[in-house]
This record gives sequence, C-alpha cells and structure tokens, in this order.
Amino acid sequence: MKVLVPIKRAVDYNVRVRVKNDGSGVELNGVKMSVNPFDEIANEEALRLKEKGVVTEVVVATIGVAKAEDQLRSELARGADRAIHVVADQDIQPLQAARILKKLVEDEGIDLVLMGKQAIDDDANQTGQMLATLLGWPQATFASKVEIEGQTARVDREIDAGIETLEVDLPAVITADLRLNEPRFIKLPDIMKAKRKPLDKRELGDFDIDVPTLEVTETRPPSGREPGRMVKDVDELIATLKDKGLV
Amino acid sequence: MSKILIVAETLSGELHPTTAKAVACAQAIGGDIHVAVFGSGDQGPAQAAAEIEGVTEVLYVQHDENNAARAATLAPQVVALAAEGYSHLLAANTTTGKDLMPRVAALLGVPQVTDIMAVHGPRDFDRPIYAGNAITRVQAPGDFVLVGTVRTASFGAAGGGNSAAVSDKAVDAELPSHTRLVEQKTGGGDRPDLQTASRVVSGGRALGSSENFDIIFKLADALGAGAGASRAAVDAGYVPNDMQVGQTGKIIAPDLYIACGISGAIQHLAGIKDAGTIVAINNDENAPIFEIADLGLVGDLFEVVPQLTEKLG
Ligand SMILES: Cc1cc2nc3c(=O)[nH]c(=O)nc-3n(C[C@H](O)[C@H](O)[C@H](O)COP(=O)(O)OP(=O)(O)OC[C@H]3O[C@@H](n4cnc5c(N)ncnc54)[C@H](O)[C@@H]3O)c2cc1C
Repeated sequence: MKVLVPIKRAVDYNVRVRVKNDGSGVELNGVKMSVNPFDEIANEEALRLKEKGVVTEVVVATIGVAKAEDQLRSELARGADRAIHVVADQDIQPLQAARILKKLVEDEGIDLVLMGKQAIDDDANQTGQMLATLLGWPQATFASKVEIEGQTARVDREIDAGIETLEVDLPAVITADLRLNEPRFIKLPDIMKAKRKPLDKRELGDFDIDVPTLEVTETRPPSGREPGRMVKDVDELIATLKDKGLV
Repeated sequence: MSKILIVAETLSGELHPTTAKAVACAQAIGGDIHVAVFGSGDQGPAQAAAEIEGVTEVLYVQHDENNAARAATLAPQVVALAAEGYSHLLAANTTTGKDLMPRVAALLGVPQVTDIMAVHGPRDFDRPIYAGNAITRVQAPGDFVLVGTVRTASFGAAGGGNSAAVSDKAVDAELPSHTRLVEQKTGGGDRPDLQTASRVVSGGRALGSSENFDIIFKLADALGAGAGASRAAVDAGYVPNDMQVGQTGKIIAPDLYIACGISGAIQHLAGIKDAGTIVAINNDENAPIFEIADLGLVGDLFEVVPQLTEKLG
C-alpha cells in the first residue's frame, strides 16, 4: 500500500504572529517556519503503518515556495521514502490544493492519503475533505486512532460530542488530529541521509487549478481586550463577579 | 435577494443548539432562510427548527441512511437541495459542519468560507486565521453558490417562538456505501453544552489527575456552568476530548470563563477570546493567562477552587 502525506510549510506554532501595518497580511519575514504540526502527526502515522508492514511506501508532497523544500527534507528525515515538490509562489486555496493533490494521487497510484486536519496558518480545515470528494473516496477526519485491516480502515474520530468510530473502504483520505500519535524526533544522522532521498520538482503549470476563488481584501489584528486586574482573594473575586452580575 | 439554506445539526435525535447560531448569521446576511433537517425518524428536530426566529421554511429530508449522519452520505443530499436556487449554503462550524461542508463545496466545485465571524455583505465576511491572532476580510467575487461555516462563538443564537412551515422533502441522490458508522461514544452528561453555555469552568494540567478534576466539576455545578479543559489535561487522560477548549478544541464565548491551573498558551486562548469575562486562577503570577484575564487571582487552585464552590454554593 502506497501512502501520500501532503504537508504544508507554515509559521511555527510557537510564534506569535504580527499583522503587517498596511493590512496586506501577516509578517513572514524573519519568522521561523516549520511543518504544520498536524502534518507531522500524519507522516508519523504513515511511518508507523510502514513499520507494521501495512504500508510499503510513504511519499510526502508539498505545494509551495522554493524554501518549502526544507520542510520536505525534515519529513524525509523523519522517515518518508521520497518527496514531491509542486513549486508555487502564489497563494494556493484549499480547492486548488485538492485538485493538485488529486492529480498526484492518480499519477502515483496512491492507496491512502494521510494528512493534517487543518493548517495552523489559514485554519481552513477543508483540503482533506475536498480531496476525498474529488477522488470519490471516503474520508475520516479528525482521526485519533487508525487501524487498517485488509481493504478497510477503522478510524476513531474526535467529534464535539465525544468519539466516533467510522469504518471506511480503502482507498480513503484520513486527516490527523493531535492525539493520533506523538511524532518521533528527527535525529541528526537522518537529516544527512534525507539529503540523498529522491525529491522531484513539479511545475504548477502542469495542474489545472482554474476554479472560483476567494479574495482576501484585508488582514487586521483582532480587537484587543480591555486590560484586566488582579484580585487579592476569593472574597474580592466573588464581590467583583457579583457587581458585574455574573454570579 | 439571498436565498439561504442552513444545514441543521442533530445529536441523539434532537436539534443541536448551534443551528440557531447559524440562523443568526443568515439573518445578518439577510434574505429567505430555509433550514434542512436530515433524519430517519419523526419530524421532531424539524419542528424544533421551525421555532427558530427568522426561519421561513424547514425542509425535512427523511432517509434510512440519515439515522447515522456522515459527511459522505449527507453531502450528496445537500447538493441535491442546493439545485433549488440557493445563493448560500451554511452550517455551524462544529466538527459535523467542518466535516461536511467542504465535501459539499467540492461537489459543487466552489471554495468555502470557513468560520464566518462577521458579515459585511452577502459575499463579504470576516474570518479568523492563525488561531484568531489575525482577522481577514474575504470576498467571493462572482455568483457561485456561497458555501460557509459559521463561527458559533461570534453569533448569539437566534430567538424562538416562530412557527415556520415544515415540509417533507425527498431528494434524488445516489448515496455511497463506502463509509459506515460503527459507534459513537458521547460524554453527554447533565452539564450545559460548552458551545452555548453562558458560564464555563475549565481545568488544566495543574489538576494532576482525573480524581482531582472533581473540584472543577463541583465549581461548575455550583455555577450551573459547562466544564472545559486544556489540551494538556485531555492528553493526560484526566478528562475526555470533548471538553477541550482552544484552537483544536471548542471555540467558546460564555459570559463568564474561569480558567484554573491553565497557563494560557496561544492555542488555548484562541478558544476563549470572545468570552465576556475571563477569570484566571494560577499560582504563577507570571503565567501568560493573566495577560488576557479580566480578573486574576494568584493562588493554589486546590485551596481557591473549593473555597469558591463553598461560598457560591
Ligand atoms: C497545533 C496545536 C494545537 C493546540 N491546540 C490546543 C487547544 O485546542 N487547546 C489547548 O488548551 N491547548 C492546545 N495546544 C496545547 C498548548 O500549546 C498548551 O500545551 C496547553 O494549552 C497547555 O495546557 P495547560 O495550560 O493545562 O498546561 P501548562 O502549560 O502546563 O500549564 C499549567 C499551569 O498550571 C499552573 N499551576 C500548576 N499548579 C498549580 C496550582 N496548584 N494552582 C494553580 N495553578 C497551578 C502553572 O503555573 C501553569 O501555568 C495546542 C498545541 C498545538 C501545537
């Protein structure tokens, strides 16, 4: 079984982003970039399936700027077998990303897609579902446990009301939630080895991404909250809450 | 004029309260507001949807497959309804809405606006990015069907007392058999639902065990509040995942939020930015949660929380 793990280069989750003064977006200059954390979890899951003998090959792919090669190299170092880089300087929206990934799935003969449930930059939470739909495949989103048996996957999903278990026929798209696993650390020798793993470049022009898109016209910081104050003890806290009519 | 279809959400055969929040967003857009309820049994949840203020018609779609709601089987039904001239298809941005609506959008070949938090015009919205640390204004040029999900923390529920017409609707759609629901384990319980509760008490890693979490539940019960948790508390197994508040848990907007032993990581704060009053109880005076809290109390939660419960009870 061949797995595709799409990944995205995004601002590191520890960075507090700053909106540019001219409202054109968030400041990315000099900001630490990493692999979207949910995608690391997806790759880890693919690698564990490979270690169990369920999966034969793990292909990581990204759509993004030239520097996104760094993120592909880290996931190769984590253990993926090879990488595909669709080089794109423009912003790619979820439906467009799904169309590009669909073509990669078909070109590569992929049997299972494991990817993050959302990217922590645009927080859209769409691409996996859209990819599954375009392929006519089932989806199991927000996965916290994945078991593959023959031609089906049994997936625990984290839903608002608790946990749901779905059974889907393969091929399928599974999107990873945070509790699916804890990704292994990348070791230095593996970073050296990853430099020799195959990484294919593809041009954006090879893909049909002509679909309606949304236009972002402005980016601004969220409205701030009023400054708060400290109270000295429980009595003062209760008195203040009573004043505000909250208890 | 807009013609808006809201995809209702049901849980255990009842209409979920977030549906009324999606209706409030539709009211801000303006136009004819229909609600589609998908079920396999009686019209109960459809009747409940008909009571929501602003709704002009409820479509009840009965199908055996709808006894177990799944995105794969719901999406073709929503798309079949969409053919009847709707300008907008909306659902609440719950895990159900997040799972379903991109599937609907992809079937229609259109983009989706996730997490609508404000409406400037029928195709012009604000939505948060970077866990709410930036807000973008997005427009949808053209006249394709606008598919979106509604940020429940940004809209108060539409009122009740309405009595819109409910009609049975048969849809002609081929439903795939590749996705089967095995089981659902829901926490449920008697406490108010986090996404609609007016008060919420949350505990973090500091609680140390699921037994200790009891003091959080006791305070919540004394206040008639919902009970929440940080990711660290869920990861450690103190409480189930449905209690997680934050970027990857629930985004909530209660009038009162009490965070006990939670440090205030940006991913947690993303879930409570719209709360009315935030109270933080933490024994570290430098904890980042105090930067966003309206009222902060430095102290040991194992002393402070039981005191609060006793004095409020
Ligand atoms: C992609 C991503 C998504 C995430 N999504 C979420 C999310 O949705 N929700 C979420 O919550 N987190 C999320 N996180 C995790 C987040 O970064 C933090 O790790 C987490 O919120 C920390 O939980 P905590 O505050 O309970 O624990 P800690 O950070 O360990 O804080 C514990 C606090 O308790 C205080 N304390 C200790 N003992 C006591 C005592 N006796 N009395 C009073 N105070 C005490 C300490 O001073 C400390 O401030 C996410 C992380 C990532 C990478």
